[in-house]
Amino acid sequence: MDTAEQLRILGSLSCIPSLSRKILELDRYPLRASGIEILQINVGRICNLTCRHCHVNAGPKRTETMPRIVLEKCLEILKNFPISTIDITGGSPEMNPHLEWFIHEAAPLKRRMIVRSNLTLLQKEPYRRFIDIFKKQNVEIVTSLPDYLEAKSDRQRGAGVFRKVIEVMRELNACGYGMNGSHLFVNIVHNPVGAYLPGSQAALEHEYRKRLLSEHGVHFNHLFCITNLPVGRYLEYLIQSDNFEDYFDLLCHAFNPAALTNVMCRTTLSVGWDGSLYDCDFNQMLNLMVNHSAPENIMDFDMERLKNREIVVNNHCYGCVAGSGSSCQGATTFTKNA
Amino acid sequence: MNYYEPKDLADFPNIAEWATDQGNKFFEYYGAATNAGKLTDREKSLIALTVAMTQNCPYCIDAYTIKCLSLGISNEEMMEAAHVGAAMMAGVTLAHTTQMRKIIKKKEM
Repeated sequence: MDTAEQLRILGSLSCIPSLSRKILELDRYPLRASGIEILQINVGRICNLTCRHCHVNAGPKRTETMPRIVLEKCLEILKNFPISTIDITGGSPEMNPHLEWFIHEAAPLKRRMIVRSNLTLLQKEPYRRFIDIFKKQNVEIVTSLPDYLEAKSDRQRGAGVFRKVIEVMRELNACGYGMNGSHLFVNIVHNPVGAYLPGSQAALEHEYRKRLLSEHGVHFNHLFCITNLPVGRYLEYLIQSDNFEDYFDLLCHAFNPAALTNVMCRTTLSVGWDGSLYDCDFNQMLNLMVNHSAPENIMDFDMERLKNREIVVNNHCYGCVAGSGSSCQGATTFTKNA
Repeated sequence: MNYYEPKDLADFPNIAEWATDQGNKFFEYYGAATNAGKLTDREKSLIALTVAMTQNCPYCIDAYTIKCLSLGISNEEMMEAAHVGAAMMAGVTLAHTTQMRKIIKKKEM
């Protein structure tokens, strides 16, 4: 489904008020950025997997990959501004031919550097070297594991993926990743395998930790719960399974004003493979570039105009402000739970 | 119109209407009873789901099945809980045959 069709469907919702209206009612419109703390760089849409929930529509047939000139510009910006986190995503970031060079250049800047890896590639040549690269450059790894049950996880990501992730997690643990007292972090992303919201992040982290250790001997640092946003393949799934309206109804009823305060787009700038700028990776996949007079390409980067830009809001954004809130760093509001 | 409409679940927060004091006390109690305490969220949600099924409440079955999914509770765990409820209902029925048998034995020649 192309982006125009996705936007048409998202705009045609009649069962709930638009999120913009909801924000307006709270006297919080327009939503504005409060700075740029995270530069999230989507280095390409090529992936060895074709997950059913992927908002990027990533897969082996995609061809988009970030050229070195865009990565050089990202480095220049990182050198010039105190942006604390470099968040590298994809597709499979390892499939971008410039990733190794970029990590090598960015590491001396001493920022928190995250690579969102599906891990399965790290079992194959020529990608195995990235385990040592990540370790040497103190890269924080974030990987998706939708469920601690193999069959359920594989329903979303493909047959055999869970087993491969577990095998690589064990290798990472052996290198020090996820171990007590180690500075090497590996975090797991949980997202629901279906049309419902994630539960308490603390409760799920507790259960993942118990199950992954007892059943697979795997350690990790933190669990991030991410709500599936109705974009890309997940939107298609919702429509095909007749869950589209129910899911939006669920999101709308779970709307949490506290999550609006902490929403990630207020502190994130998302860079597309061609240098286009977005408020988040989901807006990126809907071609909703930053606007309201902010520069739309990283080559025209202007911190003053971007740091308090007006955020581009659409109905898919309900996903980030429902329940405990959702972001690429997990829940944005916290409740104590076991 | 049906007697049970899925969308009516959204009306649950309004059940304090026309008896606000009692309704608000119920919600306070409901929250205290169902939120994690000595028992975890997972344990309490499985209990709630099981009670919902034994009491045939479609709203509660809807809400607590989704809550169990959200908490990562597997289909097998939910089904096991349903069997606990089913076994209890069967046991409760059969235990009451004591009353029936006592009366029969008293009344029959």
